[in-house]
Amino acid sequence: MSLLRVESLKISYGGINAVKGIDLEVAQGEMVALIGANGAGKTTTLKAICGVMKPAAGKVHYQGRDITALPSHVLVTMGMALVPEGRGIFGRLTVEENLDIGAYTRRDKAATRAQLAHVYEMFPRLKERRNQTAGTMSGGEQQMLAIGRALMSAPRLLLLDEPSMGLAPLMVQRIFDTIRRVAAEGVTVLLVEQNAKLALESSARGYVMESGKITLSDTAPALLDNPQVRQAYLGE
Amino acid sequence: MAEAIKQSVRNPAMRWVGIVLVAAALTALPFVLAQVGTAWVRITNLAILFILLSLGLNIVVGFAGLLDLGYIAFYGVGAYTYAILASPHFGLHLPFWIILPIGALVACIFGVLLGAPTLKLRGDYLAIVTLGFGEIVRIFLNNLAQPVNITNGPRGITLIDPFRVGGFNFSRTSSIAGLDFSGPIKYYYLLLVVLVLVVVVNLRLENSRVGRAWMAIREDELAAQAMGINTRNVKLLAFAMGASFGGIAGGMFSAMQGFVSPESFVLVESIMVLAMVVLGGMGNVWGVIIGALLLSFGPEILRYTVAPIQYAIFGKLLIEPEVIRMLLFGLALVLMMLYRPAGLLPSATRKRELEEHD
Repeated sequence: MSLLRVESLKISYGGINAVKGIDLEVAQGEMVALIGANGAGKTTTLKAICGVMKPAAGKVHYQGRDITALPSHVLVTMGMALVPEGRGIFGRLTVEENLDIGAYTRRDKAATRAQLAHVYEMFPRLKERRNQTAGTMSGGEQQMLAIGRALMSAPRLLLLDEPSMGLAPLMVQRIFDTIRRVAAEGVTVLLVEQNAKLALESSARGYVMESGKITLSDTAPALLDNPQVRQAYLGE
Repeated sequence: MAEAIKQSVRNPAMRWVGIVLVAAALTALPFVLAQVGTAWVRITNLAILFILLSLGLNIVVGFAGLLDLGYIAFYGVGAYTYAILASPHFGLHLPFWIILPIGALVACIFGVLLGAPTLKLRGDYLAIVTLGFGEIVRIFLNNLAQPVNITNGPRGITLIDPFRVGGFNFSRTSSIAGLDFSGPIKYYYLLLVVLVLVVVVNLRLENSRVGRAWMAIREDELAAQAMGINTRNVKLLAFAMGASFGGIAGGMFSAMQGFVSPESFVLVESIMVLAMVVLGGMGNVWGVIIGALLLSFGPEILRYTVAPIQYAIFGKLLIEPEVIRMLLFGLALVLMMLYRPAGLLPSATRKRELEEHD
């Protein structure tokens, strides 16, 4: 039973068709990568899934429900969380204030405190810097914060948009270690990445997106072996 | 010294002593000012009105980060609501405690009316649309004399009722316990009570759930949305709350002056209120109060001192007080932006940011 199912989704930006009818599926507990070049429509797809953008046509099903018309603030209460492209942290607020806002939809104070402790345990660096202004941290720390903030809502489905963007290789490794840990804890993950190798190595399955269409879909090891993928995305 | 003050603020006993001292000073203030001249009590009352306006605008601009250049329109809406419901113009004379909430509500509706079409706009574009909205309201006030005379056009509405509770009239002098309470002094106390309430509401808002949501929107609207914040409703709430404060201030202005005309609600007034918010420290309630006080009293003090100083030094008047007032005002703003870009009392977030960049 799939947690998320996207059916012939079409999205257009002022006349330009950014996504031209795609299907994808993410099973409960699975980690799936959506890879592709810049401008392929990956981010747009995520935005439509999490309700920030309205699709032109097609359907999004989540937990067996049609959520195409639902706004993002409802979807967050249903357990969907987005780590936006470029991290989107609240730069002039402190680390802890950022995390507090991550739990905006949760009314249960005790559970929120427990979740905060969990996030701090996962990212000790954030705990050290809890009173620092988020915008003054390094890119890697900001990415940790963006992920930690998304986890504050205790999501079932985590949507990650380019978590490796602009980070040093060592930091990218650490971020991916964390993402794998989150997945291992039972959170379903849909990962959008340009770093195809790393994304596929961490995921069970993958989709390849090109100019608004899904051109390939397979298990991650099969994609890593696919000559087309190797040539176009793995630089071989 | 600064450290000593900080220490004593943290000590609850000292804090109460401080509050009592400030309260005593504020209670005695109008009688001291009245010794100098009743004009100064009136100036103080206007300054309090501007503090109310600045605190209202601070919700929109400082907390939620929505640049509003037409804020004075809500003040105008509140003032005219009061004027229409309590003057011979329509022969209506409702009591103020009914009209003030109505004025706040009408201003609130206007706030939502302005907010709704601008939800998708940001920064410069929002500023332009709100500026246009402010002008539309003023032009309507100026022209709604025909075919049905609602606002009496540029001549304005006169003979507006003062506040009255039973036989207690706020515009007349009355003697209580041997002290003469003139009209302006009575209004001063009333304004002070309203101000304290508004300050408490603002301080509460700053650390509330909705306050957090406003700040999240100010920082990154898309991320705020992704955190589950209903950005549409929360932004409308900022416009509505800011406008209501403006409406209340407008109603009180109407009653105090006894006369309203569109001239009081021009663009320059919007910019003045915005300057108070920015000068004091956007997002910081105390900073905004200081900004409003400075920009209200500064020009008035200059008005009374510039001419005598020139006579004393040069023996004649070289520059008209009106001219030099605006000149010095502009200079002060430029200096502020150069040396204290985050305002006199920056908000906690701005202060941290500046400290860490040093």
